[in-house]
Amino acid sequence: MSTGDLQSILTLVAFVTFIGILAWAWSGRRREAFSEAARIPLDDDAPFRAPRGAPAQVDSDSREAR
Amino acid sequence: MQAATGSPEETYNYRVVRQFAIMTVVWGVVGMLVGVIIAAQLAWPELLPSVPWLSYGRLRPLHTNAVIFAFGGCALFACSYYVVQRTCHARLLSDGLAAFTFWGWQAVIVLAAITLPLGMTQGKEYAELEWPIDLLIAVVWVSYAVVFFGTIMKRRIPHIYVANWFFGAFILTVAILHIVNSAFSPASFTKSYSAYAGVQDAMIQWWYGHNAVGFFLTAGFLGMMYYFIPKQAGRPVYSYRLSVVHFWALIFTYMWAGPHHLHYTALPDWAQSLGMVFSLILLAPSWGGMINGIMTLSGAWHKLRSDPILKFLVTSLSFYGMSTFEGPMMSIKTVNALSHYTDWTIGHVHSGALGWVGMITIGCMYYLIPRLFGRTEMHSVRAITLHFWVATIGIVLYITAMWIAGVMQGLMWRAVNADGTLTYTFVESVKASWPYYVVRLAGGVLYLGGMLVMCWNVWKTVAGSRPVDAAIPAPAMAHA
Repeated sequence: MSTGDLQSILTLVAFVTFIGILAWAWSGRRREAFSEAARIPLDDDAPFRAPRGAPAQVDSDSREAR
Repeated sequence: MQAATGSPEETYNYRVVRQFAIMTVVWGVVGMLVGVIIAAQLAWPELLPSVPWLSYGRLRPLHTNAVIFAFGGCALFACSYYVVQRTCHARLLSDGLAAFTFWGWQAVIVLAAITLPLGMTQGKEYAELEWPIDLLIAVVWVSYAVVFFGTIMKRRIPHIYVANWFFGAFILTVAILHIVNSAFSPASFTKSYSAYAGVQDAMIQWWYGHNAVGFFLTAGFLGMMYYFIPKQAGRPVYSYRLSVVHFWALIFTYMWAGPHHLHYTALPDWAQSLGMVFSLILLAPSWGGMINGIMTLSGAWHKLRSDPILKFLVTSLSFYGMSTFEGPMMSIKTVNALSHYTDWTIGHVHSGALGWVGMITIGCMYYLIPRLFGRTEMHSVRAITLHFWVATIGIVLYITAMWIAGVMQGLMWRAVNADGTLTYTFVESVKASWPYYVVRLAGGVLYLGGMLVMCWNVWKTVAGSRPVDAAIPAPAMAHA
């Protein structure tokens, strides 16, 4: 296999990985975890609460959070 | 400064953040002053006494190194150390190593300020410093990586906030770029030669150069955006999932854009086209990030009217959007045929540097400095507003002057008579550029003036205040 083949494969792998990241980021399962994560800077004076299991204390839709 | 054994509460290491924050303002004034001096030299070449170390060719790298690595670098150190601690609920890994990064980085800056005017240079743009300084940079940078990633490893918050991903990518990539591009063989203590030759040397230099823009001047400052804009607006980032995609899209594409600095050179044509295509693709993540930052204000737009810090932060994003639209456009080969080697490039760089990097840094410092000294806001909020308007007018003057001068130069250089001879001599284009050089100087003076207002404001804020190290919130009990 030539270097060119290897580079083509690597490009393809990178592309597929990126598509995978897109799908992961937009999957519904991540919604809650992401809206919790988005509040990290805003809540950085408060003690950190239980990471998971416990019901989330944050607004479910971070965009509308007041 | 000692963390906690036996003391009731653990604190963040704000000391190193304070040091870097203050030096950001100091080096900002120094770097921009040198910029104003060389802008004046371009309008009046005989302005300064004719000694070698005051010549334009030696002061120009001093200006670029001072504003990028001293002003921008100190801001990145300050903000990354502040953000990583606060979003991880953890004190920096090592106070000693953090202090070493501060004093080591200041030593690099001072050595640069001495050696560049003396004419000691490797001749690589944005990587001019000679090899002993390069080695010091490598040691400081590796220490920085240890402190930063070590702090992430001891975090109490399981999720690594997106700002830290950007900071981490910036630290890692700059280490690789610096070490590869600075490979050398020394001829003496003050002279060395690049390990590369010919077109490979050019390609490695611009792989470095463009990614210095992409990771030093973009990824790191995006990390600042993802913390300080939500903080100042009091709202979470518009879309966290977009921020994740923004990060990975930037990481996957930026590395490839370097060849656009070498259009129509000895670089193989396919590599030039590849660089152009990836530069065009870069528009998507850049604008995704910009929209994410600006839309964080949705529902809170009214705050822009009264809050000059938000004005700085949001205007910086507008300039980011402008220059990341202009950049891909200029990377198109036919556009580049007009723009390359003209002052259009200088205008483009400064809309990114003064508009994006400068304004977001200034905004973050206005947020940070009072909090590091136990105050809620700067001494004078009206002075921040004044700074904002002076800086904005300065940038607009600067970049419009350079656009006009640049396009004019490009058109004059390519104009040919019916018989195929050039219509204009080079010096005619220089003469035609003169008024724009004066306008550019005026823009630079305004921007520097804004920094002086900031200096005064910082002085009044810091004098009479006591340094404060905030407490790390104790982890909540399991049953709480």
